[in-house]
Amino acid sequence: MGRSQTRSDFISRIVIICLFIVLFVIIMIPFYAVALSSFKPGESLVRYGLNLSLDFEIMSFDNFIYLFTGQHDYFVWFWNSMILTIAQVVLTLFVSAFVAYGFAAYDFKGKNFLFICVLLIMMVPFEILLVPLYSLINDLGMVNSYSAIILPGIANAATIFFFRQYLRSIPKEIIQSGRVDGANEYAIYFRLIMPIMKPSFAAMAILNGMNSWNNLLWPFMVLGDQSKYTLPIGLKTLLTPYGNNYDLLIVGSFFSIIPIFILFIAFQKYFIDGMTAGAVKG
Amino acid sequence: MIKKFVYSQKVAPYVFVLPFILIFLIFWFFPLVNSFVMSFQDRMLGQDPKWIGEANYSKLLTDKVFLTAIKNSVVYMLGTLVLLIPLPMLFAVMINSKLMMGREFFKSSFFLPALTSVAVAGTIFRLTFGEMEGSLMNSFLGLFGIDPIKFLKDGNWSMAALLILACWRWTGVNMLYYLSGLKSIDNEYYEAASIDGASAWQKFRTITMPLLKPTTVYVTTISVYAGLAMFTESLMMFNGNNSPKNIGLTIVGYLYRQGIEQNKLGYAAAVGIVLLVIAMVINLTQLKFSGMFKKEED
Repeated sequence: MGRSQTRSDFISRIVIICLFIVLFVIIMIPFYAVALSSFKPGESLVRYGLNLSLDFEIMSFDNFIYLFTGQHDYFVWFWNSMILTIAQVVLTLFVSAFVAYGFAAYDFKGKNFLFICVLLIMMVPFEILLVPLYSLINDLGMVNSYSAIILPGIANAATIFFFRQYLRSIPKEIIQSGRVDGANEYAIYFRLIMPIMKPSFAAMAILNGMNSWNNLLWPFMVLGDQSKYTLPIGLKTLLTPYGNNYDLLIVGSFFSIIPIFILFIAFQKYFIDGMTAGAVKG
Repeated sequence: MIKKFVYSQKVAPYVFVLPFILIFLIFWFFPLVNSFVMSFQDRMLGQDPKWIGEANYSKLLTDKVFLTAIKNSVVYMLGTLVLLIPLPMLFAVMINSKLMMGREFFKSSFFLPALTSVAVAGTIFRLTFGEMEGSLMNSFLGLFGIDPIKFLKDGNWSMAALLILACWRWTGVNMLYYLSGLKSIDNEYYEAASIDGASAWQKFRTITMPLLKPTTVYVTTISVYAGLAMFTESLMMFNGNNSPKNIGLTIVGYLYRQGIEQNKLGYAAAVGIVLLVIAMVINLTQLKFSGMFKKEED
């Protein structure tokens, strides 16, 4: 019995590991193909699409040289994305954590109702608000501004939810002791609570940063001015009905993933904490 | 005086949640109500609205393009449910088992596709599913002697391409959800089952699956939401909001076409309200049948 048990364990182990290696290869193929294609001339992409052929005769660093020295707006988009992402993350985190503390630390009239509103935002597809929201920012004269991208999301429901869950595990005695020491409610939050929230700030900074860096639809609608385009919008405009600038597109796509990859490798734990927040109750 | 008021323990909580109340009212509640009102109007940006009652809705009922969009979105949503719940659950159980090696490595590499923007991922898959003989997918199929397929010109194939893109991006994320669900299952259950001589499959069916139900409910809810609201994937895959015979048109794509491209705000708002109703009905039914409402008091 014992021996057949270990043998079947051994076979299961081989099967599982082989399966995961196959899945790993499938998942990596697109990355590999993009990395490979960024060394190939654009016309090869037009003719063959993405492929895995290692054709050293046509491969060169030309696309990379073009990316760094050519006449195009790529680094303007890159810079815009940086600025927008940083502004969005800082403001969203600051406001959402502030709000979450209100929900976690106090009992007040209307709290349940307001919290249901938080949950409602999480349940209604943002996309249905595209048209009225667009006409609203049009009326407010905010078209073409980064504030129109940032403002609607600064009290981000999912982020508030995460911070509130996190804050509920902080002992109420800290708040009490702050009051005994004569600190006012806001000083308690800013001096005592915010420092404790550091790990949750890291998790949410990374998740919000990733979403902001990758966001396409709403910024695409808001920004009409080319000089304000972000990276995803810029990459999208390289695909036109009249022809596609694959030379820049493919190497630009490849290059746009790299900052997030580096962040991910450095802060894996926070990515995963942020991602799985709220998935399981507790 | 004012300072004392704002600093009091009674008022402070409202100061804390005030930003949420403002944002909620301005950027969420007001547009939502406005959307509802607009759906009964004939309205264009910068012009006076005209009240037309339920005309937009009755027009939607007979709008063949809209029905195509609904069909596409619903098929896509069902496809993501069928593919992106059982498989990630199974993978999570496998990766969690003591037989697995290199757990952290696989966990993080499966997550990598989620880091790509839809602009990049859409471009990658557009080129992968190119109709040329040499493109990645066709050259793979060529190995089995299958003739090149024009993926993005045939409805079924383009839906398959969209679903493959969804699987590539989200399998790892859903697997993470299930892994964090598995962490909360007490090992004693498995030990007791082993003593009773339960097989691996029996353990999976009678212990793992039922205890993962909260995770499944969560993943289902977000999948219904994301599936019905899909738009940018199709926008990137078809290089714009127009696809041959609307094979890639989704509900949000239609909303975008009517509201933003053609400036028919009222009609687009009605599309949005229909989407809201569909999403709510499916999710509330799903939550009701899984008994989630009873467990909410904590």
